[in-house]
Amino acid sequence: MKRLLLERALYPLLGLAVIVVAWQLYTQLYAVSRIVLPSPSDIALASVRHFALLLAQTWPTLGATVLGFVIALVLGIPLAVCVANSRVLNLTLYPILVATQSVPKVAIAPIVLVWFGFGMESKLAIAFLVAFFPIVVDTATGLRSTPPGLLELARSLRASPWQVFSKVQMPAALPFVFSGAKVAITLAVIGAVIGEFVGSVDGLGNLLLAANSQLESPLAWAALIWLSALGIVLFAAVALVERLVVPWGHSGR
Amino acid sequence: MAEVNSALKRAGTGPDPAPFGRFRDVRQSFARPGQAPLHAIEAVSFDLERGKLVSLLGPSGCGKTTLLKIVAGLMRATAGVVQIEGVDVTEPQPEFGVVFQTANLMPWRSVLRNVLLPIEIRRDTGGAARAAALELLSLVGLAGFEHARPAELSGGMQQRVALCRALVHKPRLLLMDEPFGSLDELTRMEMQDLLLDIRARTGATVLFVTHSISEAVYLSDRVVVFSRRPATIADMIDVPLPYPRTPELRYCATFTEIGHRAGRALGVSR
Repeated sequence: MKRLLLERALYPLLGLAVIVVAWQLYTQLYAVSRIVLPSPSDIALASVRHFALLLAQTWPTLGATVLGFVIALVLGIPLAVCVANSRVLNLTLYPILVATQSVPKVAIAPIVLVWFGFGMESKLAIAFLVAFFPIVVDTATGLRSTPPGLLELARSLRASPWQVFSKVQMPAALPFVFSGAKVAITLAVIGAVIGEFVGSVDGLGNLLLAANSQLESPLAWAALIWLSALGIVLFAAVALVERLVVPWGHSGR
Repeated sequence: MAEVNSALKRAGTGPDPAPFGRFRDVRQSFARPGQAPLHAIEAVSFDLERGKLVSLLGPSGCGKTTLLKIVAGLMRATAGVVQIEGVDVTEPQPEFGVVFQTANLMPWRSVLRNVLLPIEIRRDTGGAARAAALELLSLVGLAGFEHARPAELSGGMQQRVALCRALVHKPRLLLMDEPFGSLDELTRMEMQDLLLDIRARTGATVLFVTHSISEAVYLSDRVVVFSRRPATIADMIDVPLPYPRTPELRYCATFTEIGHRAGRALGVSR
């Protein structure tokens, strides 16, 4: 087991190291312009030199992402419960929900900007919008796929509707809720960055654009890597909560 | 005087005027769009005496599970009388215990909390339930597993947990729907002995659905043999073998004879 864990950590790191070395060699051997493709060492250097700036710009992006995600959870799960338990609501809302998904979120961004301005609210709104759908759909799917045997058991014990919901449906749906949440948190980062691209005064996305326009490619790349790291950390955080809350939900236990 | 009379009646050899379970002309049919209704059960009548273990034996899909669900109150018969202790069964009866074909355990609950589910649903706050659950678990050989999760148990162990869950509230009637059908032969034989042991201790009345002739004969006081769908009673066989039953009985002449008679009723032997 420990050996497997080591292998699973070691091999991707090894692969990454190979890519970084190849990249470094390529940029040096062919004297690639720093503006076109900065080398890993350039990016690392920019990361260190602009550490304070990068850190300061991380907070607005992180805040918008997490807040948008949390609001999506708080509004999405109750809506999923309603949709899963009411035929009328399901028939009414589900097609609308799916239809709104065909609207490209990037295209909504300018409109959201008109509503909420250049501050935190716009990116938060976009992060929320993209995170909302996977949470609602996966939670509703989970609530509807309660094992029929468990429902029959609850019925044979004459459990009340609330008992059926709280003791059977909801726990059975939790693994689905988390699979939706993991997709949602990743999308929320993207949503926040879209918000920053379209119009904002701060954040890593904003920094990336600004650095790019000033041909400060190493800093732009550094911002990109920080954004990726942010996404990975947030995903890992949700996965960790899942392990704590749904210890039975993993295929391998 | 009246008490003596009723006691005499109960002890007498004549037909019990008020059997524990009474089924008369039970019919079940399902409407099918654009087709004639599907008749699952046709005019089934028999009695279930208190403390007896009665098997419903029949081919797969013959309607015996449907009948069990009707007795459990999970389904309503289209017509006929279904009474337990003189009361019509029209809705689920939490005071019965039901064991399903699959263990139906909640993967998020420990073994003990799975067993305690019926108590929790009834909002029974007495502390005795926990002790009863632990005692049942040790009776079925699962002492020490009370905090394990169902996923850590084998199929046979899971079905034992399900059995404990069905027994934890001391039901008067235990309804079992092919509970050992998915187990391997050896585990199944173990579980049969376990069930007989538990029945001997609790004195519960048991209605047991199976498609295995040997299982029905080994377990039961009486075997009700069903025909193919629509289910009617093809034969009703009292098993004269004494309890406690031991595995050696499976090889005695009476056992074979009864099995043969059940096989004839099922149309699988001549």
